[in-house]
Amino acid sequence: MKWNSPRFAAAAAVALSASLVLAGCGSGSSSTAGDGSSTGGGGGDTTVTFIPKNLGNPYFDTSDKGGETAVKEFGGTYAQVGPQTATPDGQVPFINTAAQQGIKAIVISADDASAPCDALKQAMSAGTKVVTFDSDTSADCRNVFVNQATADGIAKVEVDMIAKQIGDSGEIAILSASANATNQNAWIALMKKDLAANHPNIKLDGVVYGNDDDQTSFDKTSALLQQYPNLKGIISPTTVGIAAAARYLSKSQYKGKVALTGLGTPDQMRSFVKDGTVQEFALWNPEDLGYLAAYAAQALVDGTISGPGDSFKAGKLGNYTVGGDGSILLGKPFVFDKSNIDQFHF
Amino acid sequence: MTTTTAPATETTYAAYARPLWQRLLLNRTTAMVALLVVAYVYAYNQVPFFSGKLTLYFLLMDMAPILLMALPMTLVIVTGEIDLSVASTLGLSAVVTGLLIHDHGFSLPAAALVALVVGVLAGLLNGVLVAYVGLPSLAVTIGTLALYRGIAVGLIGTKAISGMPAHWKDLVNRHIGTSSYPLVVIPIVVLAALFALLLHLTPFGRGVYEIGLNAEAAHFSGVDVRRTKLVLYVLSGVVSAFAGVFYLLRFDSANTDTGTGLELQVIAAVLLGGVSIFGGRGDLIGVLAGVLLIGVLSSALRLQQTGSDVIEIVIGVLLVLSVISTQLLDRVRSVRGRLRRTTRSAPAPEVGDGSRKVMS
Amino acid sequence: MSTTELLVEPSRVSPVQRAVVGAFRSREFAIAAVLVLVVAAATFKSSSFVFSHDGWRDLLLSPSLLLLVAIGEMVVIVTRNVDLSVGSTLGLSAYLTGRLFTDHPGIPILLVFVIGLVFGALLGCINGLLVTVFQVPALVITLGTMYAFRGALVHWAGSKQIYASNLPDSFQNLGTEQILTIPVLTIVGLAVLVLVGYYLWNARGGRELYAIGSDPEAAGLYGLPVARRVFGAFVVCGALAGLAGVVQDARYSTATSSTGQGLELQAVAAVVIGGVAIFGGSGSVYGAAIGAFLLITINAALPILGIPEFWQNAVVGVLILGSICLDRFLAQRRTHRLIESRDDA
Repeated sequence: MKWNSPRFAAAAAVALSASLVLAGCGSGSSSTAGDGSSTGGGGGDTTVTFIPKNLGNPYFDTSDKGGETAVKEFGGTYAQVGPQTATPDGQVPFINTAAQQGIKAIVISADDASAPCDALKQAMSAGTKVVTFDSDTSADCRNVFVNQATADGIAKVEVDMIAKQIGDSGEIAILSASANATNQNAWIALMKKDLAANHPNIKLDGVVYGNDDDQTSFDKTSALLQQYPNLKGIISPTTVGIAAAARYLSKSQYKGKVALTGLGTPDQMRSFVKDGTVQEFALWNPEDLGYLAAYAAQALVDGTISGPGDSFKAGKLGNYTVGGDGSILLGKPFVFDKSNIDQFHF
Repeated sequence: MTTTTAPATETTYAAYARPLWQRLLLNRTTAMVALLVVAYVYAYNQVPFFSGKLTLYFLLMDMAPILLMALPMTLVIVTGEIDLSVASTLGLSAVVTGLLIHDHGFSLPAAALVALVVGVLAGLLNGVLVAYVGLPSLAVTIGTLALYRGIAVGLIGTKAISGMPAHWKDLVNRHIGTSSYPLVVIPIVVLAALFALLLHLTPFGRGVYEIGLNAEAAHFSGVDVRRTKLVLYVLSGVVSAFAGVFYLLRFDSANTDTGTGLELQVIAAVLLGGVSIFGGRGDLIGVLAGVLLIGVLSSALRLQQTGSDVIEIVIGVLLVLSVISTQLLDRVRSVRGRLRRTTRSAPAPEVGDGSRKVMS
Repeated sequence: MSTTELLVEPSRVSPVQRAVVGAFRSREFAIAAVLVLVVAAATFKSSSFVFSHDGWRDLLLSPSLLLLVAIGEMVVIVTRNVDLSVGSTLGLSAYLTGRLFTDHPGIPILLVFVIGLVFGALLGCINGLLVTVFQVPALVITLGTMYAFRGALVHWAGSKQIYASNLPDSFQNLGTEQILTIPVLTIVGLAVLVLVGYYLWNARGGRELYAIGSDPEAAGLYGLPVARRVFGAFVVCGALAGLAGVVQDARYSTATSSTGQGLELQAVAAVVIGGVAIFGGSGSVYGAAIGAFLLITINAALPILGIPEFWQNAVVGVLILGSICLDRFLAQRRTHRLIESRDDA
């Protein structure tokens, strides 16, 4: 056995102290050599790394594909990394790795408003531009936020849809993503305000959390229907949640009796719209969202935009201007139903 | 009988089977350290960006909670028990600290103190159930894993804890001077030194090893088995609580998922570091080398754009291989010893000449 | 000869009476009583928990997955080992099932079930070989294989998922089909339960598993084929986890790279709650089954009982701790009683 050899072991023990001390104390030559090679490798090429909330989520597969298209269009290098599950600190190692590699721009949908902040700030101080999309962090740890639509608009369209489907009175519940998701929590807060102000006959029974996990959302839907026998509607502002809830409802005795709406993708919801489980739901085009985010990243890297008020051209989507709080708006939410769902494929 | 037996041929046996340098260098710990050095040197030279200034910093920051929790876990596993609830204690401590600061305006030192007390209580429950009631530690700590996580989830609900005092957050994330080492290395080194002292240089530590080798024999030689185990579980709880405060300050967030899954990483690192799951064997240096090895491998593989999937496969295979190799080596050594025994005639040694009688 | 006094007199009660009283005094009965209590309390609060089409169906259907995994885990735990890789095995099998349906449309459903079973058995072989040949504690081996299998699944699946559109309707309908109001998937689980229960209680191989768990060294000295039995136990556990993967697809119609994560601890919890000693040698598979039912049903019942969903984990933890404390108490009482009867004689 090689490692049993005394000579090797002795040499290794000496090498241990030597190399660790040398490397750790940040001696000038070795570290600058490392840094030099990283910037040299980057060159003029815009390297963009997409970090979604978690891998294996069809919504982010679509948005990141849009990003990839954009990156190829402007001649950059695309990469996608991310954690397996949407935990608040799961994205941090990937942000750190991107910073170490000297990536020019990170495009991230944050699992938590503050957990990735430190890592993002370190990346920004190392020269990386940070673009958040879909789910924001606090404003001081990113350069711009690409928002799919205003939070108000998203909340209002979902409340309007459920009100229409249950006749503006009755009990409803919300099946959300994870308990700490920034975007969903913001929308839910606005939904509660809208309900209180404009729909006094609708009672919100409760909010449950499916953690953007298919099985958990499936089981939570079943629990909701058990817990509130008079439930008339469920809003699910997350594509994983609404797909799981639709699947449960379509095999349940409540199919057609309990309305389901929220944010979903046409491909996942098509069979449920056709068989009557779901009447209508809303979304925007996540591919466009990723596409816009990638172009925003490129605009930051080459200096076209740097703050509120600047505008840039995002490929085939046209011109966009950075808003007051550093956010860029994609557009308005779009409502899908039986009549138009076959026209979309994502 | 009036005649004495003829004096047998004197055979002196050496005090130890192997010379000192062999005992020091040809063991599992040295192998781990050597492996760590080889991996680090290889990564430094071959993996792009590994030699950057930030690599060691991120590595140590990522591994810090595992390093901390591995220290008492080593002692627990050496006694032959196990503690699966460390990650839930970490999460509970982070939630408690966060809630006290966020909702009740506590200062960080006060909130951290409360969290450490919570850690002590958590460890006490484990220790009492395992040591005094006599329940199997695997089952107990699975139960407390769920219980502590459940209490954390119940306390925090949908709240998102963040906005920790900036002064303390900066402290946690700061480097030592201009080096690549984060400030958290100092408490880690201090705690590691304390635990090493405890384990290797005190009677308490000797007791820990003896309990692992044979609890009944240890009891009859005067070791207070139950109190020792209780103390170890309390230490485990306190250190996990401390790691929880670190976690909260590093990520500026505490929620229902904080720390989930870390316990298996800690156990894998401890087992990789040469501690025998049967108890009675292993030391801290090997464990530290094991944790750092996992850190180096993860960091290097991530920089090479390898996904977390391959990293997990590598760690899993490494763990299995390392334990298998220990078993194989033991068997090889016992077979060799048996061969040696059968080829030598062994007359009974005389007493009283200062040399030790060694069982061959 | 007739004047020999026996330490314990043969029972004067009829066998039937003995069986009935024994059943009432058994650990499994206590757990079943708790289960019935929980269901009764939830039904009292909301009658649709049991007395509605969906409620009755879900009550029996939801535990079917954990039931299969818990049965397999019990077989391993009885031999004084543990298998932490069941979650990863289930994930691999679930994804494999989805791929089979996607890549080979028209494949008979029964064949898919068999393939899932065999695939799981193969993974169980790996665990069994490593444990028996190298004599490394199962905790360590299955910890390593848990990581390795999960990594292999993530590598294979990447970010691809299996969707409902990949699976044939007839397969998905199995997820909710019922025969005489009992869901088909539950019938599968109960059939496996009866088979394994019969084997463990009546067959020599099954009895030997208990002996090996009680005292592995004595079993070896006695001449039992320890290595073969333990290997078989791991193969059975893996096979049932593989079968559960197919059932998972039928019920949930999706499989991702994180399917099954965390299931191993649930399985061990179900087995422990069911009265099986973690050090092996005692307990019955029926107890493990009731434990699985109790675990899942409590999760469904707690929200109805008004306990906020956030405290559910804590309740499960208390349940586990309570079960093992109870077991310990009962075992000590039994020992005392035996010592007393010995001293009295």
